[in-house]
Amino acid sequence: MAVIELEDIEKQYVVRTRAGLFRRERQIVQAVSAVNLQVNKGEMVAYVGPNGAGKSSTIKMITGILQPDGGRIQVLGMEPMRQRVQLTRKLGVVFGTRSQLWIDLPLQDSFALLRHLYRVEETRFKRNLDELVDRLDLSTFLDRPVRQLSLGQRMRGELAAAFLHDPDLVVLDEPTVGLDVVAKYAVRSFLADINREYGTTVLLTTHDLDDVEQLCERLVIIDEGRVVLDGSLGDFKARFGFERIVVVDLEAAVEPLEIDGVDVVERNGPRQHLRFDRRERSATDVLAAVAAQHSIRDVSIAEPTIEELIHRFYLE
Amino acid sequence: MTPRLFIEVARRSFRRSSTYRLATASALFTNTVFGFLRASVLLFLANGGDLRGMSESDLVTFAFLSQGFIAVVGIFNSGPLTLGTAIKSGDVVIDLYRPAGLQQWYLAQWVGDAGFQVLARGVLPLLAGALVYELTWPDLLILPTFALSLVLASLLGFALRFLVALSGFWVFDVRGVDAIVTLISGLFAGLVLPLNLFPPALEDVARGLPFSGMIQLPIEIFLGTRSGLETVWALVFQMGWLAALLAVGFGLLRVATRRLVVQGG
Repeated sequence: MAVIELEDIEKQYVVRTRAGLFRRERQIVQAVSAVNLQVNKGEMVAYVGPNGAGKSSTIKMITGILQPDGGRIQVLGMEPMRQRVQLTRKLGVVFGTRSQLWIDLPLQDSFALLRHLYRVEETRFKRNLDELVDRLDLSTFLDRPVRQLSLGQRMRGELAAAFLHDPDLVVLDEPTVGLDVVAKYAVRSFLADINREYGTTVLLTTHDLDDVEQLCERLVIIDEGRVVLDGSLGDFKARFGFERIVVVDLEAAVEPLEIDGVDVVERNGPRQHLRFDRRERSATDVLAAVAAQHSIRDVSIAEPTIEELIHRFYLE
Repeated sequence: MTPRLFIEVARRSFRRSSTYRLATASALFTNTVFGFLRASVLLFLANGGDLRGMSESDLVTFAFLSQGFIAVVGIFNSGPLTLGTAIKSGDVVIDLYRPAGLQQWYLAQWVGDAGFQVLARGVLPLLAGALVYELTWPDLLILPTFALSLVLASLLGFALRFLVALSGFWVFDVRGVDAIVTLISGLFAGLVLPLNLFPPALEDVARGLPFSGMIQLPIEIFLGTRSGLETVWALVFQMGWLAALLAVGFGLLRVATRRLVVQGG
């Protein structure tokens, strides 16, 4: 069953720029053009793209707070803009840079209010809260005012708030921004567990590609308002990850090696980083060529990170 | 929004306001000091006699009582109604992801905060004034009517401030609108000077505007300067403006959320 269905979605903004003392010029910016996207129940999809690519606009249209200029949207069988309030009952939203918690009150007060807001029945609320407190390890600061929490603690609180009413779809907008490694790990493992155990559909935007790597089987890349890639992370890597780096430690520091089809991208004393296309040469082949010129003390092969891949992808 | 949710939100808003202890104490001190200042100005104007039908104790009572109204009706600021800044920062998306009407959501917070402000900042300036001056105390029987008028005054303040906040959807920064409304409402509510001390033509205009329902009318009920029928009229006047302003706010909100562009990522 499709939870999110976007068909040829379009969105333009009118931007007015100053062209003189009183004159202003109207400029139409195409934020989203012909975006098609289908997300099925239980999927966890990463929606990735550089700033200004149209990510937030798409999300706002999916959640019914922005009217598309063209195309068709259905989310959980509803028309988001027309049925916004009904839709919000089945939706959980987390923003890395905004908060839905009452900053001056103890964390548990925000939760209690959410029970009334989403009309969660008392026993179900208790059960959900206990589980979330346990999974996100909230018990030590439930009674502390939110403004006194660390960013990591607050984010865990935000996650609990978004899941308290058993939403069918959760949208996370950069949920790990600014968090340290430990807090990121907590957020990711929580999301992975919930998605696996309850089949909650999750749409995640992020600039942190570790989020994608560790959470999402499916990656949708948007750039300049268009979906430029929709596939698994493995596909993406297979398509664009044909570059390899071999790091060789030689017996002595020498001039950059000269081998056909290989670039030396870095050189530190006796250590040289060699880049080649694995479709053209194999690693053994490259090493043999090095060994023919110098003796090798140590070797390691590095895979490119998706960060590098997507960066290169954007540049193409 | 269910009545239960309304109450739960209002309760927490009350509690939240009660956590700002230092801010409340300093505002209370300022309100009281200004009560004394305004009282002495009015006494100076009265010059030992009555002033446009107000006795010295009426004038002094007006000064202190109206100081207590400031926070309750939101004359100087929007209190918990943070919608204007939320629109500017883009945090309004959080409000829109809530399965509750935005107007009711903020109204519930306003009511909770006003409840706290009545207790914290409404009564003490009046008692401080009573230590120094002879005040005009109302007939106990009029108190429920005064209370109703006070509630309406506070709701009027909300309805007005809600419109100010909504202007953020069109003007990008509500501070200008906010400053203008603050100036106008302070003047025409009777905070600067009781409306009956205005030049008669201006007084007539002021009494037709909704601001008069925020301070002047409830205080006149308190002072007992209105006859029974005039009191009923004052309440009808407040309710009429309240209904009108809330309806405009509701309509504008609908328009705004249809054309909304949320700022920033």
